[in-house]
Amino acid sequence: MSEEKAPLSDERMQMIYRDMLRIRRFEETAFELFEQGEVVGGIHVSIGQEGCSVGACSTLRDDDAILTTHRGHGHSIAKGTRLPEMMAELLGKATGLCHAKGGSMHIADVSKGHYGAHSIVGSNMPMAVGIGLAFHFEGKGQVAVVFFGDGAANEGSFHESMNLASIWKLPVIFFCENNHFASSTRVQYATSVADISARAAAYDAPGVTVDGMDVLAVHEVMVEAVDRARRGLGPSLVEAKTYRYFGHSRKDPQFGPYRTEEEWNEWKAKDPLLVAERILGVSEAQKKAHAEAVENELRDALAFARQSPEPAPEEVYEDLYA
Amino acid sequence: MPETKMRTISYAQAINEALHEEMERDEKVFLMGEDVALSAISPATAGLGERFGHERVRNTPISELGFTGAAVGAAMAGYRPVLDMRRIDFMMLAIDPIANQAAKLRYMLGGQVSVPLVVRAPEGGGSQNGPTHSQCLEAWFIQVPGLRVIVPSDPADAKGLLKSAIREDNPVLFVEYRALYSLEGPVPDGDHTEPIGKAAVKREGADITLIGIGSQARNCLEAAELLAGEGVDAEVVDPRTINPLDIEGLAASVRKTGFCLIAEEGHKSGGVGAEIAASIQEAAFGALEAPIARVAALDVPVPVHTKLEAIVLPSTEKIVAAANNLLS
Ligand SMILES: Cc1ncc(C[n+]2csc(CCOP(=O)(O)OP(=O)(O)O)c2C)c(N)n1
Ligand SMILES: [Mg+2]
Repeated sequence: MSEEKAPLSDERMQMIYRDMLRIRRFEETAFELFEQGEVVGGIHVSIGQEGCSVGACSTLRDDDAILTTHRGHGHSIAKGTRLPEMMAELLGKATGLCHAKGGSMHIADVSKGHYGAHSIVGSNMPMAVGIGLAFHFEGKGQVAVVFFGDGAANEGSFHESMNLASIWKLPVIFFCENNHFASSTRVQYATSVADISARAAAYDAPGVTVDGMDVLAVHEVMVEAVDRARRGLGPSLVEAKTYRYFGHSRKDPQFGPYRTEEEWNEWKAKDPLLVAERILGVSEAQKKAHAEAVENELRDALAFARQSPEPAPEEVYEDLYA
Repeated sequence: MPETKMRTISYAQAINEALHEEMERDEKVFLMGEDVALSAISPATAGLGERFGHERVRNTPISELGFTGAAVGAAMAGYRPVLDMRRIDFMMLAIDPIANQAAKLRYMLGGQVSVPLVVRAPEGGGSQNGPTHSQCLEAWFIQVPGLRVIVPSDPADAKGLLKSAIREDNPVLFVEYRALYSLEGPVPDGDHTEPIGKAAVKREGADITLIGIGSQARNCLEAAELLAGEGVDAEVVDPRTINPLDIEGLAASVRKTGFCLIAEEGHKSGGVGAEIAASIQEAAFGALEAPIARVAALDVPVPVHTKLEAIVLPSTEKIVAAANNLLS
């Protein structure tokens, strides 16, 4: 019944690859800018996790909602967030999506169904339930997808939200990016179960663990979950196993005291972009074309951000009350 | 202009009417909370479940963090949720969605969203419910820019301000004093609303200004009656909303009387009274003939035993004594 279940056209496969590359290059650029001191505030990059963000968002309609976390650049881009305004936000410009009040951890583009990155770990899940409730009232088959980390799965908000979405059969998809660490804390230490998806059983919802390095595998699992949500059958929990290549934030080193170079290299060999090239059938010529288009887009975004003015002092009072 | 017809109803009925009328007026308004759907539980929500059905009058599990965060999400997505917290003490489990999200999202997202959410938070002591079921915590929330905090003290204000709160496009903490639920008073007929951010003079007088918040606005009115018997003509002013606080409205009374006493049921340290006192001396220091006096709950938890509880909580008698002390 769902058109999403039809095999992906080559055009869509190419767009999936392009989006992954847009995220990778956006974040590499952002990190460089950060190291040069051009970014206002900290950033958390999701490099290594692009299969999750694009695999998930490639199943969504424009009028579906996402909510993400401190590590949300990827989801934002995959949902269609405007890049120039996003870059401007990172550089603390008045033209930024949040008028330089929110920064990297609060990127939002509500016009694209992006209801925000939320920096309080676990806080986005109850809000996703509420957006799901609004969608349930509206009856137009919209779904809300909430992204969160393995660490957030230990917050009470996760459990309360799964329970509420389940008893009310809301169109909410809980998408856990298990990148194996919450800052320096390894998931196995902090989590009662080997697979976070097992927790879905407690809420009578489907729980699936998928290879987050494989964008198509993620896409397929999400097609099921989205279809279920649109049909009013309630929430799903999707756990994508993945890895962040960079440190947790700011100056946290790539290997740190909590993980080894060997482990890092093992995951690096499964790089989601390399996997995507292969399974999506991206030719060398197509790769070149994608790279060129992405570089152009990024150059324009950066130019826009750099040319934009800083916020004026009186803006400190703006947008507090409606 | 034809004279507005008045009816006498209770504070709880006033809240109930406001909810009925606003749900009738705007289909985006819906209610959530523990045990709200079945009318036997609270007079404030009686009849709503039957009238509007259990989709819009939605029982929740005991899940304060979850359903409060959900209300924030629904508000961002265009609805107007009204939450019933049962007691403000339980709201401590839901501080994150209120203080970190509802209050900040509009600002933090550069004006992309608004959060038209009302949290009804009944509170207060005097019923031997002990330390965790008697607190008055509105002072906590005036430290959070982005929220509106409303504290009505009589049926007309309860109805008029709740209706305004539901129409407000910002998150509102609507504090209800449980001890006032059975208080009766005149309420104008029809679509009665009150402005957010305006203090109200509840009794005119010339000798001293008694500023009372919530339950203590009532006690100030009683105290004024007793003081009148002693020849003191007290004015009673109710701020009604404490964010925004109508400092000019309060200062105007103090300029007239020269003496100011502030009564609240919250604890004295860091209380709403402390904020009002500081603001009044900024606005009207020259008018004050004596330091501002405060009557508040003692800085200990509210004990369950009737006698101990009475020692801790403010009362009409304590207000009268403090007023006499101030004037002597
Ligand atoms: C409630 C709360 N506690 C702690 C933090 C500090 N903090 C920020 S990110 C983070 C780790 C989150 O781990 P995870 O959920 O796995 O997400 P990841 O960083 O791996 O994407 C912590 C502890 C926070 N922002 N919010
Ligand atoms: Mg993690």
